[in-house]
Amino acid sequence: MVKTILKYSCLVGAASLMASPAFAQEAPAHSVFILNSLLFLMSGFLVMFMACGFCMLEAGLVRAKNTTMQLTKNVALFSLAAIGYYLIGYNLMYPLGTWSVEGVLSGLLPVAAVLEAVGVAPDKVDDISYASTGSDFFFQLMFCAATASIVSGVLAERIKLWPFLLFTFALTAVIYPLQASWKWGGGFLDGMGFLDFAGSTVVHSVGGWAALAGVLILGPRIGKYKDGRVVPMPGANLPLATLGTFILWMGWFGFNGGSQLAMGSIGDVADISRIFANTNAAAAGGALVALALTQIFYGKVDLTMVLNGALAGLVSITAEPLTPTLGAATLIGGVGGMIVVFAVPFLDKIKIDDVVGAIPVHLMAGIWGTLAVPLTNGDASFVTQLTSIFIVGVFTFVVSLIVWFAIDKIMGIRVSEEDELAGLDSAELGMDAYPEFSR
Amino acid sequence: MKYIIAIIQPGKLTAVHDALLEIGITGMTVTEVQGYGRQKGKSEIYRGAEYTVHFLPKVKIELALPAKMAAKTIDVIKTASSSGKIGDGKIFSFDLQEAVRIRTNETGESAL
Repeated sequence: MVKTILKYSCLVGAASLMASPAFAQEAPAHSVFILNSLLFLMSGFLVMFMACGFCMLEAGLVRAKNTTMQLTKNVALFSLAAIGYYLIGYNLMYPLGTWSVEGVLSGLLPVAAVLEAVGVAPDKVDDISYASTGSDFFFQLMFCAATASIVSGVLAERIKLWPFLLFTFALTAVIYPLQASWKWGGGFLDGMGFLDFAGSTVVHSVGGWAALAGVLILGPRIGKYKDGRVVPMPGANLPLATLGTFILWMGWFGFNGGSQLAMGSIGDVADISRIFANTNAAAAGGALVALALTQIFYGKVDLTMVLNGALAGLVSITAEPLTPTLGAATLIGGVGGMIVVFAVPFLDKIKIDDVVGAIPVHLMAGIWGTLAVPLTNGDASFVTQLTSIFIVGVFTFVVSLIVWFAIDKIMGIRVSEEDELAGLDSAELGMDAYPEFSR
Repeated sequence: MKYIIAIIQPGKLTAVHDALLEIGITGMTVTEVQGYGRQKGKSEIYRGAEYTVHFLPKVKIELALPAKMAAKTIDVIKTASSSGKIGDGKIFSFDLQEAVRIRTNETGESAL
């Protein structure tokens, strides 16, 4: 009944819109500019809140003695990304056709990002057919910061603050934007026909590769691998980890939805709606598969794996959240959840100590999501996807390895054994997260 | 006078407390503790890796009472805290030399 009335009033509304010439077929340029900018701003603040999600997830999965340090790193890296991306990253990532090395290196360097003038007139905006530069910068910066957030969780509980921040600057100012220009800046990967809608590879696996390089130089936490056995170090606060996961889940609607990059037509709005629904389906699929598999393998459900499973589902759908059906999206996400359940113990077996599971979630599920694009999108080629994953992976991993190595040689990236055992909160910061409880 | 220490499952505290109130026990001290006995902790899985939790959470109840009430109190605690499974805990009883009520300087059983 209610439905019928709604349907009827919609029809009336649509009829009156059709009668007005302004809404015939194409929306006017101003509307496109305004709606696209609005999409970037709304999506941008959703993605911004993912920084909180990462922060809470990590705060929950580290031990209580390292909580304050993990919070500090997350706030610092997010702030530092804003500077790195402003000074170098934005124009490195978007050459706007001006290349110094065609398709590889932007020619706009070294120019810091500049926004449109205050109260800019319609004929003075940078691109009337797209969106305001401020909204675009803001939206893209949030993606850059998300990449850096991925790294901090892997290296938690034993890396020094300042060397970590030094790497964060290199990542957000140069490594991330440079490889992102190859795809999203219209570079050679884009020319090859590589498809990565919102960044399973460009964002997530890049964060994962950078973290993997770091963890290889950093080594596992003291006592994690003893006499051929894995010694679990359970996280201090699972409610925080769960809150963080839900925040990331919500932020992902901006991450994927905003990556439609357009909201000025019925088709675009419908596509954004598909993306929201598919993104949610994939997260659910990932969580449920991890739920089922941990019950089957371990006899009990492991919440931390379910949380990782949901995130892996989200990462998996990020390369192509538009074309899958709801069922396909659920399955693509489900495979992400499966990857987590197998990859987490596998990494422990080869003694890679990833505190929060970011390598399985962002790197491995990122690769899977990128490879899954041709399953639902006829424009994608499996070989091109694979080639691009390889190129981005080798570049990010090798450059990150060099940067980590250099920082380690110059100032050492790891805290002393004594500090690690005492906890970074008291050793490096002199500030406990819960002073009333521990004393 | 007797001093009784009971180590019980945390989930049994309410039942034990209710049962002790019923027989007129008017005071007790309760602490959250960790430990193990013959059970030697238990095995758990975290993110795919098995590990042993050596010290399991328990609740320690301490009571000071007249000697004649000791047997009944121990019996009540035992009944209220038992599940019949491993890990139910233990009850210890000691002779108590002296008790002092700080506010009034009363000593002995009148201080209990």
